[in-house]
Amino acid sequence: MATLELSVQDEVASAPVRGNKFGFLFWVAGGWLAIILSLAILAPVLPLQNPVDMDMLERRATFSSEHWLGTDGLGRDELARLIFGARVSLTVGLIAPMIGLVIGGALGLVAGYFRGRFETVVVGSMDVLLAFPPLIFALAVTAYLGQSVPNLTVILGVLGIPAFMRVARAATLTLARREFVIAAEALGASHARILLRELLPNVILPLLAFFLLGVAVTIVVEGALSFLGLGVPPPMPSWGSMIGEGRESLDVAPRLAFLPAAALFLTVLAFNLVGDTLRALTDPRQGAL
Amino acid sequence: MSAPLLTIENVAVDLPTPRGNLRAVDHVNLSLEGGRTLGIVGESGCGKTMLSRAVLQLLPKKAKLAGRVIFDGQDLVRLDAERLRRLRGRDLAVVFQDPMTSLNPVLTIGTQLMETIQEHLELDAPVAKKRSIELLAAVGIPAPEQRLAQYPHQCSGGMRQRIAIAIALSCEPKLLIADEPTTALDVTIQAQILDLLAREQRRRHMAMIIITHDLGVVAGRADEVAVMYAGRVVERAPTSALFKRMHMPYTEALLAAIPKLDTAPHTPLPAISGRPPDPTRPLKGCSFAPRCRYAAGRCHEAKPELMDAETPGHRYACFHPIRMAEGIGA
Amino acid sequence: MLNFVVRRLLAMLPVLLAVSLLTFLIASLLPGDLALVILGDQATPENVAALRRDMGLDQPLWWRYLSWLGQVMQGDLGRSFRTGQTVLQAVAERIPVSLQLMLMAEFIGLLIGVPLAIVCAARAGGAFDRFMTGGAFAMLSMPSFLTAILLIYLFAVELRWLPATGYVPFTEAPLANLRFFVLPALTLALAEWPGIMRVLRSDMIATLQEDYIALAKAKGLKPARILFVHALKPSSLTLVTVTGINIGRLLGGTLIVESIFALPGIGRLLVGAIYTRDLVILQGVVLLVACGFVIVNFIVDMLYAVLDPRIRHGHA
Repeated sequence: MATLELSVQDEVASAPVRGNKFGFLFWVAGGWLAIILSLAILAPVLPLQNPVDMDMLERRATFSSEHWLGTDGLGRDELARLIFGARVSLTVGLIAPMIGLVIGGALGLVAGYFRGRFETVVVGSMDVLLAFPPLIFALAVTAYLGQSVPNLTVILGVLGIPAFMRVARAATLTLARREFVIAAEALGASHARILLRELLPNVILPLLAFFLLGVAVTIVVEGALSFLGLGVPPPMPSWGSMIGEGRESLDVAPRLAFLPAAALFLTVLAFNLVGDTLRALTDPRQGAL
Repeated sequence: MSAPLLTIENVAVDLPTPRGNLRAVDHVNLSLEGGRTLGIVGESGCGKTMLSRAVLQLLPKKAKLAGRVIFDGQDLVRLDAERLRRLRGRDLAVVFQDPMTSLNPVLTIGTQLMETIQEHLELDAPVAKKRSIELLAAVGIPAPEQRLAQYPHQCSGGMRQRIAIAIALSCEPKLLIADEPTTALDVTIQAQILDLLAREQRRRHMAMIIITHDLGVVAGRADEVAVMYAGRVVERAPTSALFKRMHMPYTEALLAAIPKLDTAPHTPLPAISGRPPDPTRPLKGCSFAPRCRYAAGRCHEAKPELMDAETPGHRYACFHPIRMAEGIGA
Repeated sequence: MLNFVVRRLLAMLPVLLAVSLLTFLIASLLPGDLALVILGDQATPENVAALRRDMGLDQPLWWRYLSWLGQVMQGDLGRSFRTGQTVLQAVAERIPVSLQLMLMAEFIGLLIGVPLAIVCAARAGGAFDRFMTGGAFAMLSMPSFLTAILLIYLFAVELRWLPATGYVPFTEAPLANLRFFVLPALTLALAEWPGIMRVLRSDMIATLQEDYIALAKAKGLKPARILFVHALKPSSLTLVTVTGINIGRLLGGTLIVESIFALPGIGRLLVGAIYTRDLVILQGVVLLVACGFVIVNFIVDMLYAVLDPRIRHGHA
């Protein structure tokens, strides 16, 4: 009876998990990301106004044929700033997690495969890095390094390393015990070959799903720093700094805060949706696909 | 003849699984009079636990239950949640298989005992506590007063099963369902627990259902035995009649699987060969046919229904019952 | 139990030491000469060299770290060269504000998240459960500075029910103090409840499959007692961890929220120190916050033992 009972319970427990199909929301989110991404890439060639050109006579102008989404507190075109802001948010948001993916992924892979003292050192130093609340760490380091997009990207990238390391190590630990790895070892394959040919292709999938979630987190942190005026240096537009500037005129022109806020929220939500769907698919525990 | 305490009428349980519908219990009919003991015997996966869960109305949410379970004049299947709740624990009690998982790890033994008493008998805390101590003493737990403040992990497995029995007995139930009450325990403790159950049953004059995979467990203790296979009752008889002459080859195989003290050491146990059929892929014929050494053509074509044997109260579902095989011919 | 506490305490020491080293290295290795910053416009090569000598900046790195660590051990985290306040004074002044904010936020977050989790778990897969799970997922994508803007717009600008910024100490005017804290605490709480709900909900669903829950039902207990007494406590282990980990996020959150709502807490002290490049305060506060975080995690470990008697009795 015990076996029957178990299989029934497994089924009940996994019931709330969404099905294997991607679903309607996944495609909506993917579509939104495609639009934002192409707008950000094409921004310089699109017929947009200069996002830093001020027009003191047209401050906080409402929607018009000249300024589709109006102008901000310094008379700059809101639409142009939104699209160029997407450029900054997505640049930081996509490149920083890549740093975490490459370094953290490599550390986790090697630590999970060789175990021993190397693993102890890696896990221990990650614990130290995790002892700093991330936003405070990012703020403190930007304060020393100075505000710039490359600095911000590197700092947020370093902060992502522990999380990627954990995902890669956990995946490697389970994989290293599987038959195909043991078989490769028995056949006398070199460590490098096993790591690159056998383990990496299997670890990369969960890492990529996690990467998308990392993008969402990075965009939020970049937004928060820029919102405080400690991220992307002005006058370069970023969604965070636009929301920060828009806060000053919430009473007269709330759209100046709400437009970039909506863009940020929808983009973060889309990355989370796509990332979470892919994570559910690559999660070995659910054995999906 | 008075109405039986429990009547199970045409009960079927279906479980949806990713591999298709699983018929865990297939139209079972059973009845039990007050103060009597029924043994339900079968291998793992034969549906005996699901049947007991159907009686208790504790099936998994997705399970579909058909049929009627009449307990004390009420159909439990159609009883509303609140009246069912008042019945459970008070008139209808259960002891589960594994005392390691059936007691809550974060509540003291006292809490788990007293909450049942207070819920159903409306006693105040000091009286409930006194009763709890008496109950623990009755099930053979030394220093019961100290035990009340302890947590389950501080007790041994046998001790925990005694506590679970004390909880089940706490409101003087009319029916106790013991679902493999000794399977998870040490062999030396199994007999003690079974004797304890039998003693308390006589003292309290309650009815009992013992569910087990071991025919030896029910041999001296049950008034009647029902053997289940693949969700169906395949043989049913008063215990003495069954052991005098069993008709169903499966029952015989189960009996042979009990290790005996008088067999020579290192004799291999005559285990039943093969495995039970996949319950999501029902067979056309008798479910036991693929493993049965008496099986012949008809066994693979049609399902045998329960039929009466010459002894009163003895029923079996087999086309080629033991020692009658030659007579019918195939 | 005592053995358990001592073992955990010992394991904490190397982490604390590494945290102090990292804090020191960030402040010392990264570009930006402290003497240059302090002197500002009056920096001449001679002045800078003199100040560097005074501050010991010409000593080798390891020596500077050890002497700094020695001072920290004696409770001397340095003194702001802008306000003349010691780090400890500045922190002590502001910590009640941040603590009040975090406690109120966590309290409101639990108040929203725990009941929702229980209701959703009890009817897992139902319409309400699916709606709330979706809502929690969306809320997880909502950064707190967005929530803050939305709440300010709604309650301060449009409805004018609550003040957008300001602070009075609780001891002076308790009601006014609470009014100032409602929006900031709510902002953080709205970021907290989805995580609380998701974790507790999935643990509750797992617990509700346990044998002892089936037995509790078989005992005829009331559904509320089964959910709150039998299922909630064994399900809350992960929640406690998450709440502990959340304190790190909450600290980051207070940084933003205190800045937006002008609450004079640790977060604002830190942001202010960055604006004015007050590096001594910055280094001291980062060290204290990181150590505080490590200690909170230690306390979370201890809470485990309270929740699960098996750990308390060394069965883990």
